[in-house]
Amino acid sequence: MTPELGQLALILALLLALAQGVLPLIGAWRGNRALMAVARPAAAGQAVFVAIAFGILVWAFLRFDFSVQYVADNSNLELPWYYRIAAVWGAHEGSLLLWIMILNVWTVALATFSQKLPEVFASRVLAVMGLVAVGFLAFIIFTSNPFGRLLPMPGDGADLNPVLQDPGMTFHPPMLYMGYVGFSVAFAFSIAALLGGELEQAWVRWARPWTNVAWAFLTCGIVAGSWWAYAELGWGGWWFWDPVENASFMPWLVGLALIHAQAITEKRGSLRAWTILLSIFAFSLSLLGTFLVRSGVLTSVHAFASDPRRGVFILAFLTIIVGGSLLLYALRAPKVAAGKPFNLLSRETAMLIGNLMFAVAAAMVLLGTLFPLIGDALHMGRISVGPPYFGFLFPLLMLPVVLLLPFGPFLRWGKGDAGMLKSMLLRVTIAALACAIVAAFFVDGQMKAIVGVAAAVWIGVGVLLYAYKRWREVPRGRRYPAEMAGMLLAHFGVAVFVVGVLLSESLSVTSDVRMAPGQTRHIGSYDFRFDGAHRTTGPNWRADQGVVTVTRDGKDIAVMHPQKRTYPRGQVQTESAVDAGITRDLYVALGEPMDAGNIAGAWSLRLYYKPFVRWIWAGGLLMMLGGFVCAADKRFRLKRTVTRAEPAIETRLQETRA
Amino acid sequence: MNPTRKRRLTIVVLVAVAAAVAAGLGVYALQNNMNYLLTPSQVQSGQAASYTTFRLGGMVKAGSIQRSSDSLKVTFTVVDAGGAMPVEYTGILPDLFRDNQSVIATGHMSNARFIATEVLAKHDETYMPKELKDAMAKAHEGKQVEEAGNPAKGLQP
Repeated sequence: MTPELGQLALILALLLALAQGVLPLIGAWRGNRALMAVARPAAAGQAVFVAIAFGILVWAFLRFDFSVQYVADNSNLELPWYYRIAAVWGAHEGSLLLWIMILNVWTVALATFSQKLPEVFASRVLAVMGLVAVGFLAFIIFTSNPFGRLLPMPGDGADLNPVLQDPGMTFHPPMLYMGYVGFSVAFAFSIAALLGGELEQAWVRWARPWTNVAWAFLTCGIVAGSWWAYAELGWGGWWFWDPVENASFMPWLVGLALIHAQAITEKRGSLRAWTILLSIFAFSLSLLGTFLVRSGVLTSVHAFASDPRRGVFILAFLTIIVGGSLLLYALRAPKVAAGKPFNLLSRETAMLIGNLMFAVAAAMVLLGTLFPLIGDALHMGRISVGPPYFGFLFPLLMLPVVLLLPFGPFLRWGKGDAGMLKSMLLRVTIAALACAIVAAFFVDGQMKAIVGVAAAVWIGVGVLLYAYKRWREVPRGRRYPAEMAGMLLAHFGVAVFVVGVLLSESLSVTSDVRMAPGQTRHIGSYDFRFDGAHRTTGPNWRADQGVVTVTRDGKDIAVMHPQKRTYPRGQVQTESAVDAGITRDLYVALGEPMDAGNIAGAWSLRLYYKPFVRWIWAGGLLMMLGGFVCAADKRFRLKRTVTRAEPAIETRLQETRA
Repeated sequence: MNPTRKRRLTIVVLVAVAAAVAAGLGVYALQNNMNYLLTPSQVQSGQAASYTTFRLGGMVKAGSIQRSSDSLKVTFTVVDAGGAMPVEYTGILPDLFRDNQSVIATGHMSNARFIATEVLAKHDETYMPKELKDAMAKAHEGKQVEEAGNPAKGLQP
C-alpha cells in the first residue's frame, strides 16, 4: 500500500508545483498580492509531499520491498543497508526523484531567505522554480515511476550495479545534483529579471552566494566522481573525457564563468545581459547533463541505466526551457543592459577574458560530446571523438586563464595601474623561472613537469603576493573578509591542481605485467613483490585477493590487497589497492589469472607509480572550499535590508509592466 | 569614438578573434581525433582503408581467446553477423571481457590483423552500446544479434 501513497504524494506535489509555477506569475503580472502569496505555501507543500515520496522509496529499500519493481531491480537481501540507501539514486527513476527532492530543498531555502526581496521579484523567482519542478515531476510520473509494482513479488532482488557499491559513488550523485539544481536559483533570478525588465545590483548580490554554493557542490561532486573512477575502475586514470564526465564538466565551466560575471555585475553593474545569459546556459547545461547521463542518447562505457524511450519528453522539456528562456532573453535583454564603462586595462577585462575562455571551453566540450549525434544526423557514419581532442584544446584554452590569474586581483575595477602590474610580473616571472630550474633537476628533463611547476608557482606566488599586499595595506580585521579568503583559497587550489595534473601526467610509471608468486618488479624507485592470490569474502561478494608487498631499498613500504570481486549476480568488479601519500600514490590492480581458474598461479597485474596525483583532488577540494567560504561573506546578507528600504523598485516594476 | 563605443568595439573584436581561433583549432582537433566505428564485415569490405585508426565493434567469438604463455599478449576473434576479424592486444582486458561479449576495440590494421591499443567491454548485462547495435544491425545477414534485456533503440535525430 505504501508505494501507492508515494505515487499519490508525487501527484499532489505536481499539482502544488503547478500552483507555485502559474499563480504567482499571474499575480506578479496583474499586481495581485493574493496570487503572489501562493508561491511560498505551495513551495512548502510541494516539498513536504516530495519528501514523503522520497522517504517511502527509502523505506521500501530498507525493508526489502521487492514488490516494487525499482527496489527489486536495484537491491537484494545481501546488500548492506548503506548501499540500499545509496541504491535509491542508483538508477534512472530514483535519481530523478533525488533531483526533484534537492530542487525542493533549494526552493524551500529560497522561499525562507527571500522574504526581504521585493514581493513581485521573489514571487517570480519562486514561480520559475515551480515550473522547473512541474517539468521534472511530470517526467517522473508519466515516464519514470519509481513506485511501479512487480507482481508476483520475487523472493530476492537483482543487484545494485557493483561499480556503484563504493563510498565515492554514494556521495557523487547527491553532490552533483546539489550543484546542477543549485544553478536553478541563478536561472530563476535571471528569468524573473527578464520578466520584470530590470536587474538590480542588490539582487545580484543576493544571488551570488547561491551560485557559489551550487558551484562548490558541483566541484565536490566532480572531485568525488574523479576519485571514484580512479579507485574503482582499475584504470588508474582520474579523467577520461567520457560523455558522462563532460556532462557534469560543462555546467561547471559555465558556472565558473557565471560566478565571476556575477561579481562584476554586482560590484560594477556592468555585463548584466552576459550574467543573465550565463545563468540560462549554466542551468540548461545542468539539465542537459542530467539527461545525457540518463537517456542513453550518447554512447559511453559509463552509461548504465539508460532508457532512450524517455528521449522525446526530455527533448521537449529541454526545448521549452532553453528555447523559451533564450526567446525571453532576446526580447528583454536590451532593457536590463547597463553599467559603468571600463578601461582595457582593468579587472573587468581580465575577468571577461577568463569568462570568454570558460565559455569557449564549454562550447568546445559540448561540440566534442554531441559530435557523434551531429555525425549521425549528417550520415557521416558512427563517429566518436577521442580524448586527444579535448586533451589538446582544453589546456590551450586555459593557458590565458592561467597566465592572467595572478594579475586579476591586483587590477583595479575600471582602470588598472600599469606600474604595479610590471613589478608584479617581474616577481612572479622570477619565482616561476627559479622554481622551474630547480624542478628541472628532479624530473629527468620532462618538459611537462617543468611547465607544471612553473605554472603552479606563477599562480601560487601571485595569490600569495596579493594576500601579503592585503596584510600590509589593510587594517587588521578587514584584511580577509570571507569573500576575499574564498577567492584566495580557490585560486590557490588552481595552482595545486595544475601542478598535480602535470606532474602526475608526466612522471607516472605504469606497467601491465605478468607476475608469478614470488616475482618482483621495479617501478619508479619501488619494488613490487607479488605474493600470490587467495579467495576471500565480503558482505555480498566473493573475491580473489592478491597480496603485493612493496619495498624501497629493502625497507617495507606497504602490503597491498587488490581484489577481483564477484557479486551475487555474477558481475565482476576490480577493486584496486592504493597506498596513498602526499607526494605519490602506489596503485595495484589485479588483472586475471594467466591460467583460467588457477588463482594460485601467475596473474596479470597493473602496477602504477603516480607522483602527486592526490594534489589534483586537493586542488579541486580547495576550489570547492573557496566557493563555500566566499558564500559565507556577511556582505551578501547585510545588504538585504537595503533592498527592503527601496520601495521605489516595486513602483518602477509596475511602470515597466505598464 | 566615445569611450563606450570603443569599449564595445574592443569586446566585439576580442570575441570575434577568440571565436575564430577556437573554431579553427576545434576543426583541426576534431579532424585528427574522429574515430569511426566499424564491424568486421565492414572492414572486410574495405571500408577501413581510408582510416589509420578506427574502432572495431562486435562480439568475441566463443573459444577464440588465446593467451601467450610468457607475456600479456592476447589474441581473439571479433565477429559480427557477416564477418570475423582476428584481434591482437597486449595488456589487461576489462572485467567483463569474455566469450560472446560485445566489445569495442580501438586500434589499427596490420597484416589483416587488428592491433588494439584499447579494449572496452559493454558495461553491464542489459546494456549494449547503441551505435554498436545499430552498426551490427546494418551488417545484418539473418543471424540475430544477442538481444539485450532492454533494447537500446535510441533517439533518432
